[in-house]
Amino acid sequence: MTAPLLQVDDLHVRFPISGGGLFGTGRRMLHAVNGISFELAKGECLSIVGESGCGKSTTALSILGLQEPTEGTIRYRGQPLAGPGAPGRMQRAKAVQMVFQDPYASLNPRQSVRTSLAAPLKLHGVTAASEIEGRIEAMLKNVGLTPEQARRYPHEFSGGQRQRIGIARALILEPEIVVLDEPVSALDVSIRAQIINLLLDLQEKLGLSYIMISHDLSVVEHMSDRVLVMFFGEVVEEGGWRQIFETPTHPYTRRLIAAIPDPDAALNPGAAAFAADAPLPDGRRFVSDGSAAPDVFTPPVPSALTEIAPGHRVRLASTA
Amino acid sequence: MRLGFNFWLGASLTALVILAGVLAPWIAPFDPVLDADLMSSELPPDATFWFGTDGQGRDVYTRILYGAQISLTVGIVSQVINSVIGITLGMTAGYWGGWWDDLVNGLTNVMLAIPSLIFALAVMAVLGPGLPSLLIALGLTNWSWTCRIARSSTLSLKSQGYVQAAQTLGYGDLRIMFTQILPNMMGPILVMATLGMGSAVLSEAALSFLGLGIQPPFPSWGSMLTDARQLIQLAPWVAIFPGLAIFLSVLGFNLLGDGLRDSLDPHMRTRKP
Repeated sequence: MTAPLLQVDDLHVRFPISGGGLFGTGRRMLHAVNGISFELAKGECLSIVGESGCGKSTTALSILGLQEPTEGTIRYRGQPLAGPGAPGRMQRAKAVQMVFQDPYASLNPRQSVRTSLAAPLKLHGVTAASEIEGRIEAMLKNVGLTPEQARRYPHEFSGGQRQRIGIARALILEPEIVVLDEPVSALDVSIRAQIINLLLDLQEKLGLSYIMISHDLSVVEHMSDRVLVMFFGEVVEEGGWRQIFETPTHPYTRRLIAAIPDPDAALNPGAAAFAADAPLPDGRRFVSDGSAAPDVFTPPVPSALTEIAPGHRVRLASTA
Repeated sequence: MRLGFNFWLGASLTALVILAGVLAPWIAPFDPVLDADLMSSELPPDATFWFGTDGQGRDVYTRILYGAQISLTVGIVSQVINSVIGITLGMTAGYWGGWWDDLVNGLTNVMLAIPSLIFALAVMAVLGPGLPSLLIALGLTNWSWTCRIARSSTLSLKSQGYVQAAQTLGYGDLRIMFTQILPNMMGPILVMATLGMGSAVLSEAALSFLGLGIQPPFPSWGSMLTDARQLIQLAPWVAIFPGLAIFLSVLGFNLLGDGLRDSLDPHMRTRKP
């Protein structure tokens, strides 16, 4: 097996919260991310799913360098991407880029499309006007826009077109990893499929690796190779998409999957029932069932991911 | 963009002041300083002296036209200085946060707690009277509101996707501030500067009235009021016309600022029928 493109090992992010007390004496640590580890292979789409506040966005921001991890390492091609020895913004920009959730907030309203695509190129040493024009034109074609539209400003575009511009901006520096933060959840349902197909086409054409952050499992089902289910800062289940969607094991994963609307439910009743529980090793239980929110100010109970099938891991704690 | 009546009234008054100041050398019938003639002092308004003459027999109309130059210079230059200081401190404080933010916030609160006119008086007392020190005094004393607005705008713009995108694209902090944040917060800053021009004109008048601003015999609306103090019962026009000039120009700047704010604020725009 080849070395992974991106390797996240035991990532912790904690935020100091000054709460209570007249003089802010009640300073506590909010445990946002508790020991996340995963690997991303080239050309793969890994989805991180979970509810709001489970730490999936914080994980993404750490990979992008917008949030300093408290503990743990992030390695890109074996080189550290966070902590000591981390590259500057300029080097990191060519490795990881991001597509944002809200296409209305993610484009500078005072910059034309050409400016927002040309400025990063100029910043990274592409100075020949003809090369800049050529790359912008090629990128706009890639995302399904015409070169004539480059002169326009963001308010002249629809939400779907804006998201295409956001994708073009993320890809203009030719990064290897793209973090997709809920890339379609702000879009009309009728536009979502177009953007998903565009992302899949680009992944194949440019050999991109995706990390997709989402709570919308129907999108995750379409795009991912592997899925990471997060619950309150921890991975509770990890596996290939077939394993997650066909034999979900952790109670929280099951609840997420049961929440996907099924248009055929009325036609074949009973189909929603899952396969029988995977047998758990003796003396083990699920660390939580996802029904109650744990206290985010205390470190989680010790537990470990246990492999129940090749590549399919579930978080279990011993009952002892 | 629909601009209201207030905006056009404010813009007209401001344009009037600008025209008066710029065209003063050509349209003024007399010289503001040299045409003093004690034989024709304290004449009421007539066909020759439209606004009457003052205690030294100088034409009040001429002196008001030239006084507009002072008021405009003070209004614009002091607001440029205020905006540069306010934007620089507020934007960096909002963007970087931490101890720098605490320091700037503390400084802003101190500035807000000191009456700005008193502070300007103190600065003038150190620098001595005259136009340059007047500009410095007014430029250094009124940046706190601009700073607050710049800081809060930066805080809200910082979480916008395009600022985060600029960070991931490798932009440096200063480049992000100047290309992504500053252009998107110029609306409220411009409004603040326009409104500030009105108060700068008033402060100039107050300081000149106290004898610390523009020195006689050069005309400024404030120093003209000082001269008029002893004459107010004999020759009220010497006080009325500079007072009216101050009133109309400050009203003009304020209406212009309000109008700009209304037209730049999308919430206000939708409320109009």
